[in-house]
Amino acid sequence: MTQFTMSTDADGVATIVWDTPEKSMNVMSSDGFVELDGLIDEALANDEIKGVILTSGKEGSFAGGMDLNVIAQMKEAAGDNPARGLMDGLMATHAILRKIERAGMDDKNKGGKPIVAALPGTALGIGYEIPLACHRIIAADNPKAKIGLPEIMVGIFPGMGGTTRLVRKMGAMAASPFLLEGKLSDPKKAKAAGLVDDIVPADELLEKAKEWVLSATDADLVKPWDAKGYKMPGGAPYHPAGFQTFVGASAMVNGKTKGVYPAAKALLSAAYEGALVPFDTALKIEARWFTNVLMHPSSSAMIRSLFINKEALEKGANRPAAEDQKVARLGVLGAGMMGAGIAYVAANAGIEVVLIDRDRAAAETGKAYSEGLLDKGISRRKVTEEKKAEVLARIAATTDYAALEGADLIVEAVFEDPGVKAEVTKAAEAATRPDCIFATNTSTLPITDLAKASERPEEFIGIHFFSPVDKMLLVEIIRGKATGDRAVAKALDFVRQIRKTPIVVNDARFFYANRCILPYGNEGIRMVAEGVAPALIENAAKLVGMPLGPLQLIDETSIDLAQKIARATKAAMGADYPDDAAKDVVEKLAAEGRMGRKAKAGFYDYDDAGKRTGLAGVLGGWYPVAATQPELSEVQHRLLFAQVLEAVRALEDGVLTDIREGDVGAILGWGFAPWSGGPFSWLDIIGAARAVELTEALAATHGPRFEAPKLLREMATAGETFYGRFGARAEAA
Amino acid sequence: MNDAYIYDAIRSPRGKGKTDGSLHEVTSVRLSAQMLNTLKARNSLDGHAVEDVIWGNATQVGEQGGCLARSAVLASDLDERIPGLSINRFCASGMEAVNLAANQVRGGAGEAYIAGGVECMSRVPMGSDGAAIAVDPSLAMESYFVPQGISADIIATEYGITRDDADAFAVESQRRAKTAWDEGRFARSVVEVRDRNGLPILDHDEFMRPGTDMQSLGALKPSFQQMGEVMPGFDAVALMKYPHLERITHIHHAGNSSGIVDGAAAVLVGSKAFGEAHGLAPRARIRATAKIGTDPTIMLTGPVPATEKILADSGMEIADIDLFEVNEAFSSVVLRFMQAFDVDHGVLNVNGGAIAMGHPLGASGAIIIGTLLDEMERADKDVGLATLCVASGMGAATIIERV
Repeated sequence: MTQFTMSTDADGVATIVWDTPEKSMNVMSSDGFVELDGLIDEALANDEIKGVILTSGKEGSFAGGMDLNVIAQMKEAAGDNPARGLMDGLMATHAILRKIERAGMDDKNKGGKPIVAALPGTALGIGYEIPLACHRIIAADNPKAKIGLPEIMVGIFPGMGGTTRLVRKMGAMAASPFLLEGKLSDPKKAKAAGLVDDIVPADELLEKAKEWVLSATDADLVKPWDAKGYKMPGGAPYHPAGFQTFVGASAMVNGKTKGVYPAAKALLSAAYEGALVPFDTALKIEARWFTNVLMHPSSSAMIRSLFINKEALEKGANRPAAEDQKVARLGVLGAGMMGAGIAYVAANAGIEVVLIDRDRAAAETGKAYSEGLLDKGISRRKVTEEKKAEVLARIAATTDYAALEGADLIVEAVFEDPGVKAEVTKAAEAATRPDCIFATNTSTLPITDLAKASERPEEFIGIHFFSPVDKMLLVEIIRGKATGDRAVAKALDFVRQIRKTPIVVNDARFFYANRCILPYGNEGIRMVAEGVAPALIENAAKLVGMPLGPLQLIDETSIDLAQKIARATKAAMGADYPDDAAKDVVEKLAAEGRMGRKAKAGFYDYDDAGKRTGLAGVLGGWYPVAATQPELSEVQHRLLFAQVLEAVRALEDGVLTDIREGDVGAILGWGFAPWSGGPFSWLDIIGAARAVELTEALAATHGPRFEAPKLLREMATAGETFYGRFGARAEAA
Repeated sequence: MNDAYIYDAIRSPRGKGKTDGSLHEVTSVRLSAQMLNTLKARNSLDGHAVEDVIWGNATQVGEQGGCLARSAVLASDLDERIPGLSINRFCASGMEAVNLAANQVRGGAGEAYIAGGVECMSRVPMGSDGAAIAVDPSLAMESYFVPQGISADIIATEYGITRDDADAFAVESQRRAKTAWDEGRFARSVVEVRDRNGLPILDHDEFMRPGTDMQSLGALKPSFQQMGEVMPGFDAVALMKYPHLERITHIHHAGNSSGIVDGAAAVLVGSKAFGEAHGLAPRARIRATAKIGTDPTIMLTGPVPATEKILADSGMEIADIDLFEVNEAFSSVVLRFMQAFDVDHGVLNVNGGAIAMGHPLGASGAIIIGTLLDEMERADKDVGLATLCVASGMGAATIIERV
């Protein structure tokens, strides 16, 4: 299928239009590269062509990035030597982009043909790396356009010349937010930063591009790095200014990534080593580092979970067949923190919201929460006054259940008490039409039990939001025993409307996310009681890629919540309750009034403003730090396996039905070590056999909670991986 | 195996390592050549009298580059058949020069060497020669590179050394240096720097601040807190390597760390036969030498394992050492050494150190060997140990005994 077409006008200006069939945005494929290369050859060889405009046939965008199959195909191209295949493939790509950049110039930089990139809008990844190789980048004044290099977000880095060109174009310091943080810019900001050269009205894009082509001189075509006497802006690494930049960059990246993200290190290394050699050698170095990253299991796992599978889940990979269940009118019961947050994200997505609480003031406070968030958006220039008015107009705060009339989805977020929940379930069902789906946002109570209060258990489902709702990306949808397919489809379509990522799990205590995160907190707390230095516990967690140490996490979510969960779980499990060691510490802190961050005292001390000042000194008095401390790796394995074994058990128990949801849900839901791709990806990286070996050692020292589940043992024996064994099913789904 | 002896040890006064320092006008070649000329004159080293000049220098770029040792020989009165070897073990370069010379003599590769070093820090700034360990991301990240000041603060945090401990140590260093100068204890070693016309340029250590007290030091802000906690955040890197610490306590500042100065030092090392042939009496035997690598992040703990190694290699115990010189790169380095071996400050750095007088990187190792020897003679002590911490995680030590 043709993706690039070229036509030449009477003035000898050729226009190459990129238009990937059957896609809303262009993506680069292996065939696409071949076509583009052929057209460039043709344009350079044809004497009648004076210059080239490279643009897109898609409205509002140039290109969204690379088809990840390109990488897979490169890996396979050299048989059993994927590194060779990648290196050769990347160098071939560099050759195409370099051909555009040199455009037939001789070694005196004469005789080239101008090639301009005309961007109607969004240009991401390779969609910006190709323009970077062109002689000029003209962007339409499309405020919705995003321009930049987001590769680092999924565990790789711009490896099609983007790193080398951007560092040489703007200097290492200036390029770092775009490379190391994947910062995206609208055209205006892109122009200010120097990512694009001109912004023009959208309807004049091609005209202005043509003007530039016809007026371009030889000098306009020469990149600074191809001109004599090129000096890197901000200084090369051993220039005094560059020295500071590079020394600082390593420290910042190291501190920020905790050494677990190979891509950032590779990117910096490519920038550093590349800066010390001529441009073409720098591209070769970039290709070597990019190959190195693409060969790293962490990168493959991150791409799989954070890009491919996240998108698949968002697009409804596990959605039961049912007609469109988009929500038009949402009822939110309970205007506390969660209810208010749910109301906000829904209204923001264009859904009419009825926000109900017992008294008027509480309902209004819930609505004011949205106002506060919108005002914050305005102060950051992300939201306009008009948008604020629109969103607020969609939220009706009331005490009257009659207002629920016409609602097609209810989400209750009232107090976590079965009695209260049953009451609102009945009240809401009485006020709504029979096909209205009722969802509970419980985080701890079994859906199947709560559904008993419902007249229509088929229409009853769990939709578990994470706090704060406007920030957290994951929504956990819980199927009760009686929950029907339409309810699941409804929940999924709702989550898609509010642009979050859903996972669908079956009903069991704590569902999936809380089931895994609670043992993490408990393991950290146990260690405090054992005399492990609290700093070691917290740092070990961060060094394995957890966003928060377990003690900080408990402080954030509050000691009383931990206490409540521990007591309820113990009451439910009786003699089988395994976490007395952790519960005792929680009870001690609670008895001392150290209820966590909100009380400005918990495992940490806080100042009057509520800012953490350090781990609490009093802890050492209650739980003296032992003279001999465990190895860092042991602490890390305890904290990881506490979560990971629970994820495996959730799969074994049928709570999870798709490991993709287990991985994506873990990363988005509670920040599980994103570098690993999720708990199942991590087990695949280390191998089931190694996992069993490590857990056996942990179980021997720390108890049966670390015993490997049967499934993991089986897989170790059979030499299987999770994605090998369960991935096929996931793909079929 | 031959024994190696010290026949003479000299040093320049230390000039402030800034553009207004007295030695700023003197090139590193000239300062080096003056040391060589003085040794030659004091010991009648005519002709091909020594096998080589081994010259330590930590920043071998610009005028200190291009094998400064050879340049210095050619700029001096020494015979041109004496070649010249520049070496770099950062702060222990001057000591490593002496140790290398000693071991060459012991092994029979030549009868005598001039060993020492120079650092004109006002002219060739520290770090201006680049360093992959700091700048190359793949190495910097894998080795958890942090600058030395952060490392010194990690030592303080790890070993419970407080700001008061460090400041008190610095005050004492100043007091001792002042006393030593007042009593002329450096008279035998310090060679006045003169210009081409014989006019004096500097005859004393001009960096010293004799009036320093706890109060004046207390007013100084920690030097490495900003780079540690804010930009670019080296503390986070330090904690990756030392995860049992919650935070790094920043206690070091200009007043309790070594001074940036210009200076040079030279030691004449030779065999017994060399002394006899030249009519020179040995002052001390170089009994043992050691060097060792350590964790590059905490970086500056080298004196402890270097001392453990030199004692083990020579079959000695810490109690066999009568007098210590531990380079005062940072207060915490020396305080940690004293803590590790339970050594009393009364027998360590008795004439002050680099906090008071300054630390010309490439020369300091040779300087403290000379200072140790002078004091052993003055106080009539038999065995002395000198040791330095070294950048990138190394340590070096030398044990000398009087003969």
